[in-house]
Amino acid sequence: MIKVGFYPGCSMKGGAQEYQESVSALAKVFDIELVEVPDWNCCGATAAHNMNKELSLSLPARIMALAEKEGITDIVVPCAACYNRLSLVKHELAEDPSLSSKVASIIDLKYEGTTQILNIIQFIDKYITDRLEEKVVKPFDYKSACYYGCLLVRPHSILKFDRVEDPQSMDVLVKKAGGNAIDWAFKTECCGAGMSVSRTDTVARLSGNIMKDAVDRDAEVVVVACPMCHSNLDMRRPEINKFLDKKIDIPILYISQVLGLAVGIDAKTLGLNRHMTEVNLPVRPAKEPAIAAVPEKEVITQKTEA
Amino acid sequence: MSRIGVFVCHCGENISATVNCEKVAKVTGELKGVEFSTDYKYMCSDPGQTLLKEAIKEHKLDGVVVAACSPRMHEPTFRKACAEAGLNPFLCEMSNIREHCSWVHPKDDLTTEKAQDLVRVMVEKVKKNKALNSIKVPVTKTALVIGGGIAGIQAALDIANCGHKVIMVERLPSIGGHMSQLSETFPTLDCSQCILTPRMVEVAQHPNITLHTYSEVESVDGFIGNFTVKIRKKSKSLDEHLCTGCGLCTTKCPQKKIPNEFERGLGMRPAIYVPFPQAVPNKPVIDREHCTYYIKGKCKVCEIVCPTKAIRFDQEDEVIDVAVGAIVMATGFDVLKTDYFPEYGYGKYADVIDGLAFERLASASGPTQGEIRRPSDGQIPKKIVFVACAGSRDPAKGIEYCSKICCMYTAKHAMLYKHKVHDGIPYVFYMDIRAGGKNYEEFVRRTIVDDETQYIRGRVSTIYEKNGKLIVKGADTLMGAQPVEIEADMVVLATAGVANHGAEELAQTVHISYDPYKFFAEAHPKLKPVETNTAGIFLAGACQAPKDIPESVAAASGAAVKVAALFSNDELTRDPLVAVVNRSAPPVYSQCVGCFLCQSVCPYQAIEREEIKNRNGEVIKTLARVNEGLCQGCGTCVALCRTKAIDIHGYSNQQVYTEIMALLND
Repeated sequence: MIKVGFYPGCSMKGGAQEYQESVSALAKVFDIELVEVPDWNCCGATAAHNMNKELSLSLPARIMALAEKEGITDIVVPCAACYNRLSLVKHELAEDPSLSSKVASIIDLKYEGTTQILNIIQFIDKYITDRLEEKVVKPFDYKSACYYGCLLVRPHSILKFDRVEDPQSMDVLVKKAGGNAIDWAFKTECCGAGMSVSRTDTVARLSGNIMKDAVDRDAEVVVVACPMCHSNLDMRRPEINKFLDKKIDIPILYISQVLGLAVGIDAKTLGLNRHMTEVNLPVRPAKEPAIAAVPEKEVITQKTEA
Repeated sequence: MSRIGVFVCHCGENISATVNCEKVAKVTGELKGVEFSTDYKYMCSDPGQTLLKEAIKEHKLDGVVVAACSPRMHEPTFRKACAEAGLNPFLCEMSNIREHCSWVHPKDDLTTEKAQDLVRVMVEKVKKNKALNSIKVPVTKTALVIGGGIAGIQAALDIANCGHKVIMVERLPSIGGHMSQLSETFPTLDCSQCILTPRMVEVAQHPNITLHTYSEVESVDGFIGNFTVKIRKKSKSLDEHLCTGCGLCTTKCPQKKIPNEFERGLGMRPAIYVPFPQAVPNKPVIDREHCTYYIKGKCKVCEIVCPTKAIRFDQEDEVIDVAVGAIVMATGFDVLKTDYFPEYGYGKYADVIDGLAFERLASASGPTQGEIRRPSDGQIPKKIVFVACAGSRDPAKGIEYCSKICCMYTAKHAMLYKHKVHDGIPYVFYMDIRAGGKNYEEFVRRTIVDDETQYIRGRVSTIYEKNGKLIVKGADTLMGAQPVEIEADMVVLATAGVANHGAEELAQTVHISYDPYKFFAEAHPKLKPVETNTAGIFLAGACQAPKDIPESVAAASGAAVKVAALFSNDELTRDPLVAVVNRSAPPVYSQCVGCFLCQSVCPYQAIEREEIKNRNGEVIKTLARVNEGLCQGCGTCVALCRTKAIDIHGYSNQQVYTEIMALLND
């Protein structure tokens, strides 16, 4: 059993519960134990860095400092916004030692900046991809539009992850899972992220354009790696459909759910029932019978203070 | 006891405004060994030089210190004056009290004191100076031109017309370079082929020029005036003497589906091919990578149809040695590869092409006979978007420089398109319009005004295909970054001009320096633009930086003049400020122990092995020896020598220590 650090952030505990469920289930299939960072706090996304510089640095720094204290070297951060904040703060503090020591005094913890921040794809690539194809029992044989959004790949100069204008990493994973990752035009266009609540009309327009291009190119599913992308494309579907004056009913799946399905985890364990847009993928004849479902059990071990 | 003269220059007010020159002259005149000192308003002027010469004669000076500007400025002037007065020029040194003192300090006593220190240091150095004689090396009056594009052609013809022999090496089967691919040229719309092909033919027919096409330089040894070059003549699988260039083989070759490099992949060619109809030499080569015979072991159709039996399947590469006195690098440029533009769909969409491909579309000899037809379906595009700065001036793409030629050729493309498709609409996305050049700005104006090209200042964020159209999304920054979306039929990217592939390896082969972008580096950006840091090797054209045709031709002629000037001497003289390995009487012979650490660090391959033999011819000691023709006096070997056996004439360890001691013992 490999142990890897895990930072859920707020979304995994709320609106994107199925994201956490699917990541956990997938990890378990590959004998990986996700160890939640103890006493973690909000990463500060969207609000903190618009309001208070020191706060925006201190919040992610505290998470990383706690992980260091726990001896965690790699933290999986499935939420793209959390991943972005943690990575940027790590970079900024590494560039400026005096700022780093100032932040350390604010959070009152030792901060070295030694933990590796992994987004979901980097996590899969580091720990799972090598063994993925041998474990695929039910190829995910659907035309998939992989949607990366903005936070996963930008700013490239700091994250250095994938091709910034035409990312490929998720496409590669979907192909390994037996899927058909289609070429489409809106991989990194804005979904309206932060306006999900305040300006649903803007979200409907931006996300609507994304969904329209996907279905125009015959996508059967859109694959995402960010809870905000997911909520906009999934939860705001009625507004999107109203904007487009068209009924689009293809589901939005997390990459962890896609891989989970491919390795034979059942739909409920992956939380497919939690989506707003019903996941109603056409049944394709499986090449081999699916393996037994992974027992429903909390696979994330909540570390408690000794 | 030395008899040194000190000459302090006011340089108008450049020095005297902050330094008390009279005082400097007076104080340094009292130094031990200084026989004479004076100050003058302009030492470099004719009366100033006369003053210097008279003083040398009158006071029988055996050393001179001129306290004035940087030695880069006037050292040659004063050394020449000394020589004219009968003093060995290498006994004259300059003390830089302008750049190193008066320009950088305020008017103050301390400034004057610093000037005195600088002069004192140099006086002490000159006491240790030795009379040196210039080095003489013979010259082989044959030039090697590497690259057969317009720059190489111009350089070769200019040198050959001066009466010197030229050897031209071209990597491809034909000379002509990128210019032969162009349709028309800005700003006059001259047909590129029409002005180029006569010169290509002239190269082939010139009695002084030997042409090696399909050949590459393998190694370069030697030094200015005396290079030895190995050239690999790749096998053309053809006896060139028998081949008449009838072209029957190329029409009968069954393999016809190889993307034609010359047409930027817009057309196909056979495996035995002549790159383009006007090729020089107009004789085919077999592309062994794609030839059915070399792949499968049978076919030989070309051999069967050849009326003169010129095909040679078993022909091998030939490596020849040539001796040359100068080398002109004219290897040109390349355009940025497709991987850089995933967001523009270059390589993914057939109708997103680069500027060179558009040149082929617009060329009368191109795949569409000059009609603008898009590659995907052959339709005439009604809307073309031209994207300038595709890669250039974009740190994210790793290219921070301006490719310089794109603004002009993009304007030309838009104009040519409008001339051929009257109802078409050309759009140009640009960052700035850089049209510096004779008649260039007027040309761009014509494109915008007369040919109604829509210039949009802003960058394109993404291009994607939808319903057979290319959707180009960008911003108009002159309209408050308002988003722009154009449904285009075709997109032309003005991709950045980059160093030619293999430039780095070639630079290392011929031992010249290059910049971070792998463009070859000139010796001085302003005053030595066609020289390299390696004596005897010159630059012409776009191998140095992106250049348009007039600039490439000008640089090539400049390089040719440098070669001709070099060849105007039977012997070369150069400054003797080179490293030397000390020698002494037997049985020691030298402090050198023959470890040859110096050989491994010398950037100029100037360290040779010298064997000392006894009367029986047995080697009793191996020493390092510096080749004076190659040594550039950098001093790396001196720093590394474990036994302090190497020193540099004019900058010996002793001289440098003396200077430091003079400062410390104030």
